Amino acid sequence: MLQKILIVILSCFLLIGMFSMSAYADEYVIALVVKNVGNPFFDAVARGGQDACDDLGHTLIFQGPPTPTVEGQIEIIENLIAQRVDAICVSANDYDALVPVMQRAMDAGILAISFDSGIHPDGRLLHINQADFELIGRLQVQAIAEMIDFEGEIAVLSAGATMTNQNIWIEWMQEELKEPEYENMELVTIVYGDDLRDKSYNEAMGLFKSYPDLRGIISPTTVGIGATGKAITDAGLIGQVQLTGLGLPSEMAEWIQNGACQAMFLWNPVDLGYLTTYVAGLLLDGEISGAVGEEFAAGRMGEKVVTEAEDGGIEVLLGPPFRFDASNIDEWKDVY
Amino acid sequence: MESTKTSIIPGGLSLREVFLRWEWLLVGLIVGVSIVNGRLSPHFWDYAGLMDAMAVFLEKGFIVLPVAMILISGEIDISVSSIVALSSVLMALSFQAGLPMVLAICVAVAVGTACGAFNGFLITRIPGLSSVIVTLAANSLFRGIAYIVLGDRAVGGFPRWYSYLSWGYLGSSSIPFIILAFGIVAVFFGLVLHKTTFGRKVYAIGNNQVAARFSGIPVSRIKLILFTLAGVMSGLAAVFLTSKLGSSRPNVALGYELEVIAIAVLGGVSPAGGKGGIPGAILALILMRLLRYGLGLINVPGQVMLVVIGIILVLVVMLPNLIGSVRISRKRFG
Repeated sequence: MLQKILIVILSCFLLIGMFSMSAYADEYVIALVVKNVGNPFFDAVARGGQDACDDLGHTLIFQGPPTPTVEGQIEIIENLIAQRVDAICVSANDYDALVPVMQRAMDAGILAISFDSGIHPDGRLLHINQADFELIGRLQVQAIAEMIDFEGEIAVLSAGATMTNQNIWIEWMQEELKEPEYENMELVTIVYGDDLRDKSYNEAMGLFKSYPDLRGIISPTTVGIGATGKAITDAGLIGQVQLTGLGLPSEMAEWIQNGACQAMFLWNPVDLGYLTTYVAGLLLDGEISGAVGEEFAAGRMGEKVVTEAEDGGIEVLLGPPFRFDASNIDEWKDVY
Repeated sequence: MESTKTSIIPGGLSLREVFLRWEWLLVGLIVGVSIVNGRLSPHFWDYAGLMDAMAVFLEKGFIVLPVAMILISGEIDISVSSIVALSSVLMALSFQAGLPMVLAICVAVAVGTACGAFNGFLITRIPGLSSVIVTLAANSLFRGIAYIVLGDRAVGGFPRWYSYLSWGYLGSSSIPFIILAFGIVAVFFGLVLHKTTFGRKVYAIGNNQVAARFSGIPVSRIKLILFTLAGVMSGLAAVFLTSKLGSSRPNVALGYELEVIAIAVLGGVSPAGGKGGIPGAILALILMRLLRYGLGLINVPGQVMLVVIGIILVLVVMLPNLIGSVRISRKRFG
């Protein structure tokens, strides 16, 4: 009996094998590795990456672990090295832990780039930075301050406690809050929703209970701000607790239209994916070398320049974030 | 009508037969998966690539071995991933505090050992506490401690040679060092479980704990040793994992406990106890890795990969029951 089952299983495998083919016809294969798949932000990044590959005539691979873990990303990058892709562009779940595997990729002659959430300069050639950390951090404090007239308690609802980007933004928020015009404002706590909708929602509800005088929440993560918008609405606190941060227009449209969130920010993830992939393509083609100060035309993104990054590596800056509010959300909510 | 259990496994000898066959089934699956992978991707039959692919998640393999033994004894340990995290964090901190790396590695193994012994002590000394409850609680406890001592920081900057453990190769060959290390440990576990009286006692406890106790087997002491072993190996896994990551954080190894149990069960180890062995667990480890590697090479999205692996796991684990019911109906009607 067992032999029969074995034979059936084996022949199934053989059949599958015969029907499938795989071949890369294009010149270069560029892989985008994101924090996790099933995340609308990174789906938008992938669309931009595909556009850039279409413009340059390369092939795109889009991959990410199902949950945002660094172990999952290492496994994926190992698989990409084995496939001998030409470039790996990664949005890292950890600033340090991807360095060894990215070094192995570089040893194998693969172009190593980080984007969105960077990795240590040792493990990358270049970083594509969506925007100045300082600017993004300060901008969110300025926005919430205007909403609450520079007075009252505020809280931060972040992603995971170990996320590179969020932690740097929060440091700049705290820096901005030291300015004299914010002397009547107090950052009472920082909580972490781990970029999970239910956990972020519960953390927001917890904030309302723990801090009854809370006037505003900054959530510098797309999952967190969406969950907080829903929490404010469900708790009937629209107008009483203000909300800003970084969110996806398609997810935030509902909460901007009902007043739970007056304004929020985001760079364009489609553009981020486009620029990352385009720069990878230019480097592979040998059109640019990646030297500091080099200026180049990045397709539909216009003129860009290679600059020195804060962490000692080099980077290309995408540009300032975009402000979304009731006046423009309708035209953007269908875009991404 | 006979009960299902006795009709599949009438006696000791055919019990061994069944397991021999189970392992052959795994070998068959490995061959099948390899053939399909080879057809799907031109890069699969690259020797160096295959070696690297096996090495990339082998730190889990270290934990599979003791967890398989714990399952065979009829218990379960779901705290291993947190033991890995705590060992890793304390190793990194003691290195940062000025301890030489070799001693810091000893710290990791010692922490793992202590955590495992803690589990074993609670399970064996306090009557009425099941291993599910104890290790579930310990799972939160150990990771909680890791978060408290390290917070949201990462600690790294280990000496260069330390990365050799997970990234280095033997001499100029393309065999990763970690494969050799795992091989040695696996042979040790295989011998202990299958060639010593200790191993036979583990099976005896798993088959019938009460009978084992009445025949003079020190059940508590053996369980204590098993859980301590799981701690030791989790500490060792932490050493290799941290070497791979180059830094330590409290959120490493999340979800390992379930993957490890899944691999052991795929390897023919019964969570009800008494069944399975080390060779099966190792074959299942290889099978699982080849599956993920093959799916990764053809860039199957992460969510789809989860579903595919889940379906295969369910099918393979269901197989003996299907065969069993076929046999029973044959006996009845044939």
